[in-house]
Amino acid sequence: MKELTVLAKTDKLDEIMEFVNSELEAANCSMKVQMQVELAVEEIFVNIANYAYTPKEGTATISVDLTGDGALLRIVFKDSGTPYDPLAKEDPDVTLSAQDRAIGGLGIFMTKKSMDNVSYEYKDGQNILTLEKRIIG
Amino acid sequence: MKINKSLNDGKLKLEIIGRLDTLTAPELDKELKETLTGVKELEIACNDLEYISSAGLRVLLTAQKMMNAQGEMYITGCSDDILDIFEITGFSQILTVK
Repeated sequence: MKELTVLAKTDKLDEIMEFVNSELEAANCSMKVQMQVELAVEEIFVNIANYAYTPKEGTATISVDLTGDGALLRIVFKDSGTPYDPLAKEDPDVTLSAQDRAIGGLGIFMTKKSMDNVSYEYKDGQNILTLEKRIIG
Repeated sequence: MKINKSLNDGKLKLEIIGRLDTLTAPELDKELKETLTGVKELEIACNDLEYISSAGLRVLLTAQKMMNAQGEMYITGCSDDILDIFEITGFSQILTVK
């Protein structure tokens, strides 16, 4: 398992992506899977950066783990900000027309659709969000 | 991300090259807000678009709403992976994808 801790600010997104992608490269996954993982990582990290510590600053820790001979990817985000379960939010109505669509609300929905499993817990003063994706077969 | 633009007789073509994410989407948003006045036809060419996140989709939605009021907008050249994202999010119903 590899771990990276950064200041939870959106301008750290590229650093987070590089870290995740360097781990994914070892797994030799398809472009499609890579994009799905990047989507989920971006949405979760940006959420933390925008909301967890506002108006103060804090850090986020991301860990990447490949288990089952590299078949299962597990990414865990931890922050010590305001307790917040992003999964509690209702999914947006994706059948609405452009005029009726709200701007936003899509990020978590896209995360859920891209991953096989997304879970949240608040433990020991930390928000812990876990993404799981089967990357082979 | 890089944006190439060409404006010709009320038709604006924006080529988006690279990644449309949280960090780069504001640039496209700014470009659209500055350039869309008087545009009747907007083409967003995605042949070299590698990645789009919800931040990018939000900008496309804003552009679509603006163009609904003043002309037409369509998206061209998307890869299958990008088309999948439009499909999952219902954007394939909102956008005109050619």
